This record gives sequence, C-alpha cells and structure tokens, in this order.
Amino acid sequence: MITATPRKDLLLMGIFTLAVLTMPIWLAPIGASYPDLLQRFAIFGIFAIGFNILFGLTGYLSFGHAAFLGVGSYTAVWSFKLLSMSVVPAVIFGVITSGLFAVVIGYISLRRSGIYFSILTLAFAQMSYNLAYSVLTPITNGETGLQLSLNDPRALDSLVGVTPTSGIPPTNFFGIEMSGYSGFYFCAILMIIGFYISMRIFRSPFGMMLRAVKSNSNRMSYTGLNMRPYTLTAFVISGMYAGLAGSLMAVTDPLAGAERMQWTASGEVVLMTILGGVGTLIGPVIGAGVIKYFENIFSAINENVLHGIFDFLPEILQDGAVAVLSLFVGEGWHLTLGMLFMLIVVFLPGGMVEGFTRIYSRIRNKNNKNNGEAGSVGSAEVQPGE
Amino acid sequence: MGILEVRDVNKSFGGLKALNKVELDVEEGSVHAIIGPNGAGKSTFLNCLVGLLIPDSGSVNFNGNSLLGIKPHEINQAGVSRVFQTPEIFSDLSLLDNVVIPTLASRDGAFKLNGWKRADQDSEIIVRAEHMLEDVGLIDKRNMHAGSLSRGDKRRLELAMCLVQNPKLLLLDEPTAGMSRADTNNTIDLLKRIGERGITKVIIEHDMHVVFSLADKVSVMAQGTVIAEGSPEGIKGDPRVQEAYLGGAHL
Ligand SMILES: Nc1ncnc2c1ncn2[C@@H]1O[C@H](COP(=O)(O)OP(=O)(O)OP(=O)(O)O)[C@@H](O)[C@H]1O
Ligand SMILES: [Mg+2]
Repeated sequence: MITATPRKDLLLMGIFTLAVLTMPIWLAPIGASYPDLLQRFAIFGIFAIGFNILFGLTGYLSFGHAAFLGVGSYTAVWSFKLLSMSVVPAVIFGVITSGLFAVVIGYISLRRSGIYFSILTLAFAQMSYNLAYSVLTPITNGETGLQLSLNDPRALDSLVGVTPTSGIPPTNFFGIEMSGYSGFYFCAILMIIGFYISMRIFRSPFGMMLRAVKSNSNRMSYTGLNMRPYTLTAFVISGMYAGLAGSLMAVTDPLAGAERMQWTASGEVVLMTILGGVGTLIGPVIGAGVIKYFENIFSAINENVLHGIFDFLPEILQDGAVAVLSLFVGEGWHLTLGMLFMLIVVFLPGGMVEGFTRIYSRIRNKNNKNNGEAGSVGSAEVQPGE
Repeated sequence: MGILEVRDVNKSFGGLKALNKVELDVEEGSVHAIIGPNGAGKSTFLNCLVGLLIPDSGSVNFNGNSLLGIKPHEINQAGVSRVFQTPEIFSDLSLLDNVVIPTLASRDGAFKLNGWKRADQDSEIIVRAEHMLEDVGLIDKRNMHAGSLSRGDKRRLELAMCLVQNPKLLLLDEPTAGMSRADTNNTIDLLKRIGERGITKVIIEHDMHVVFSLADKVSVMAQGTVIAEGSPEGIKGDPRVQEAYLGGAHL
C-alpha cells in the first residue's frame, strides 16, 4: 500500500519541481519544448490543479470555471492598462477578483448539489460570456477583446518615471520580459507553488472534510460538520486558481476575449481532470499536458507530414495509411482525443494515474514474488498517495 | 431529570400517520429501548430527533433546549449522535479516516479552516481514533476502505464513529442487525462498557436478547404510538405488547 508520509511528499514535490523546470529539455524530443506551448502546459496545469480541489475532493462538478479564467484575464489586462506593465499587481488582482466572483457564484450555486449545481455554474458562466459581449462592452471591449494601447495611463509606471520609448511596453516581472522561456518559467514556478498548496490541502484536515462531503454528505451533517462553508471555501480556492491561470494568459499574451469564458473552455478542464485522474494530486497536471499536447501537435500534422512519415511504403499503401490516419490528425485531432478519453473512462476510471499505479503495483508484485515474499497489494486498501 | 423529553410529537406522510402523539422521557445515564413491529414508526421517531425530519407538531427537548428547527450538525454538536438502520459511513475512505473525521468534528467544531497542517501528524486525534478502533475490534483493518467491510463491521465502524465523539445521548437504530451471535455479544459488551462512561442511550432493537441485556426501560411502539412502557420484565408480561407482536411470537 502507498501511504502518504511527509518524507514521500517531499520526494514527490522534489521530483515534480525538477520535472517541471526541465520541461524544455525532456519535451524537446516530442517537439513540445517551444515556449508558447510550455506556457500553456503550466497555465492549464494551474487551472486543472485548482479545479481538482473542488471536483476531485468534494465531487461538486462545476461546468462554469471558465468564467473565472475570463475574469482573471480581464482583470490582469486592466491592471496592465491602468496600473503597470508589471505582472505582480496583474496576477494579484486577477486572483482576488476571481475569488470575489467565486464567493458570489459559489454561494448561490452550492445551495444545490449534483446536476443542479453543475447547471447553475454553467448558467452563470454562459451569462458572464454573453454579458462580456453585450452590456459589459465598456469593460470587456466586446468582440474585439480587451487590448493594450500606447496611451493607456499605466499610473504606477508613470509615477516611477517609466515611459515607453517606442510602442507598447512588454509585460515584465521586475524588468524581466514575460515572453518566451522567461514567461514559461514565471508560469512554471507559480504552478509549482500551486501544486504545493494543493498538496497541503489534500493532506490537511480540511482536505479530509472535503473528501467526506464527496463520500457521504449525510453522515457528515450527522457528525456535526457544517458542509456549506467547506464546499464554499473549496469553490473559492478553485476559482482563485482559475483566476490565476486566466491572469497568466494575459501575462504571456496581454489581451483578453470573451471566448475564454465559453462553456467549451469549462468543459476542457473537466476533461483534463478526468483524463489525468480525478482526486489525485498529479493527475490534473498530466491531463492538462496531454490535452494541450494533442491540441497543438496533433492538430498541426497534415497530409503532407503523413506522406513524409509513410514515405517508405509503396504508393497504394501509403495513400491508404494517409487517408485513414488523416482522420485522426489535423482538424480531426478531436477524434483522437475523444477516443483516448473514452478508452480511459471505460477502462481506467481513475484516469492515467490509475494506469500508472496499476503498472507500478504489477511490477512490485512480480518483484515481491521473485524475492519469495508474500505479495500483498490488497485491492481493498486505500491508496491516497500517487 | 430527563435528558430527553418528547411531548405530543406527530408526523404524517401524506395520509399515513407515522407518529401519533408520541411521548417519551429518557433518564440521564439510562439505556432506553424502543421495540415494536416493522413499520411502527421507530426510525421515523429517531429521524425527528436528529433533524432529518421535522415533526408536524409537538416538542423535543434535549437538556432543556428544543431540538426542533435546528440543523443536524448543530444537534450533533449539542451532543446527540446516531447510528442509522443502514450504516451511514464514508465508504470511499479508510477506516481510520472514518473515525478521525468525527474526532476532528468534536474537537474543532462544525467548521474549521485547517488547510495547512497534516491530518496524519495530529497525534492527539490519531491516538483517540486508533483507541476507538481498537475498542470495536477493527484496528487491524484501519487502512482498508470502509466500503469493503461486511455489514456487521460497518455497523461497528459507525458505532465507533459515534462513540469517539463522547456524545451525551446516543441513538442506536438496530445496532446488531446483520451481526452474527458472537458479534452481537461483542457489541452488547461494548455498549455495556460505554454505559460506564455515562452515555445515555436510546436503542431500537428487534433482538430481545439485546434488549434484556442492556435496557433499563422499554417503550413499545405500534402504529405510530407508544402503547406501553416499563421495565423489561414488566413489558414481557404486558398483554397489549403481546398483541402488538401477534401473540408474542417475538418475546
Ligand atoms: N420518508 C417517508 N415517506 C413516506 N413514508 C415513510 C417515510 N419514512 C417512513 N415512512 C413510513 O412510515 C412508517 C413507519 O416507518 P419506520 O421506518 O419509522 O418504521 P420502523 O418502526 O423503523 O420499522 P422497521 O422495524 O422496519 O425499521 C412506515 O409505514 C413507512 O413506510
Ligand atoms: Mg426502522
């Protein structure tokens, strides 16, 4: 059995940190080490880690978390326009504002559970999306999206005497430009911090209460626990993670559009979490990575690339292979993702992490047998660590 | 003084009068058994005590305070714990976590934002929970999923979850149903031992062996009403009770 201990968690944290920081190196062979994609891995990793605190621990499935993503983005861009091109206030305000939104939306939505909760959050997000296009145009700049301009006030910047010499100044972290790899490392470090916080929550009494909500909310009340503040806190924390992710989108690319709040974006984070492993620590990060990888790499493969790959085959076979496979790449990458998703849900309800755990325990069982020990990996045992 | 005083409680489900002018007084520190045929309204009565159902009329006082209109978690925090007829446990969690949660609830209250400490390093809580699991004989299974337990073990776990809170009043809805004779006797012993801690108990039971080994007082319910009340010996010979039980087949 794998039980979480402080030492094992430290080890996990170390491995995670190392793996994230060296992503530009080990992702190079699969063509995923360019900064733009790396940034997206980190940003959606944060989004999914936060979503999992709500969905994975309490079981409350929000279909509206993209709203907080959008709120974070708009807030960050406004911070760039009004205050400073420094990313520090942008990120702080992005997190706070989305947290406040989450308090209101959570307070109302959490009066219901199950499908009704999901529908309420979906309704709120779609409402925000439509408002961003219509009534809120003065704040969101409607369809065009909110952009920076040369004559933005940038009050803090001009206060310290920073005036742009030519063009719109770049977003920066104490002078370091937030584009390319430095942008990735900024997002990556925030993801590592976000992962650490999530780990603390998972191991804490608070996290245990959130699991109790998911497992049996009746027993929870008759045990003297007030469920509502627990679920609301989890909702707000996950909303703040989404806000952080949204503001980081603006940090690496300073514009914000309403499409960020679309229900498809809310659905995407659900897929990421389920694909990686609901309620596991590392699963959502893996799920986010896999989906973003498919989106960027598979969608870029076209028939020419396929012809190149199958060049060694005789022409008829080559055409056949390309005709079949081209269904799954390019525009058709959703098909591949959809099939992968179905396979995972049907055969590995615990997501990819469950797959890894199974392989791990099979190897360990084999080793135990070889050593003549009693291989006792009881399937009934709890495996909170991963 | 009565720790629990129930007066004139009525509850209807549509046309069905499930509780009809129920009156009950439970002495502090005593074991009060409620017996009666299936569908008599025994579980419905307990539901009215813990906030799961709200009676149509009547009063329920616990230690002089009304329990009506307050939330289930507040009733528990006031000192009332309940074992359900079908065990209510946290099936996806380990046995230890199942007991740790109520232990935390009784120490930290209905809500505490405790998101930075490690739960498994809180030795005060862990020791209390492990002692409790030992008491009910489940310590060897502490890391198992609660959902994979046998029915009898689930009951014992739920009992442990209630007992670890040191309630003032413990409500038990058929705590030995589904248990083997040996397990039933273990449970009787356990309930006797905790009797020494002065926990008042209201126990619904079909098993007369359990009733006569534990109860100080017995109330008999039939068709939503308490039809008789007295000492176990007195109840045995009561003709009304025998009639309710179809000629006393159960007694
Ligand atoms: N929520 C409900 N809605 C409608 N009817 C109910 C409800 N709960 C209980 N009843 C009915 O009320 C009556 C009393 O049920 P209750 O469960 O209290 O009986 P009981 O004495 O606990 O019986 P048993 O010994 O079988 O557990 C039954 O006729 C039952 O069908
Ligand atoms: Mg019953």
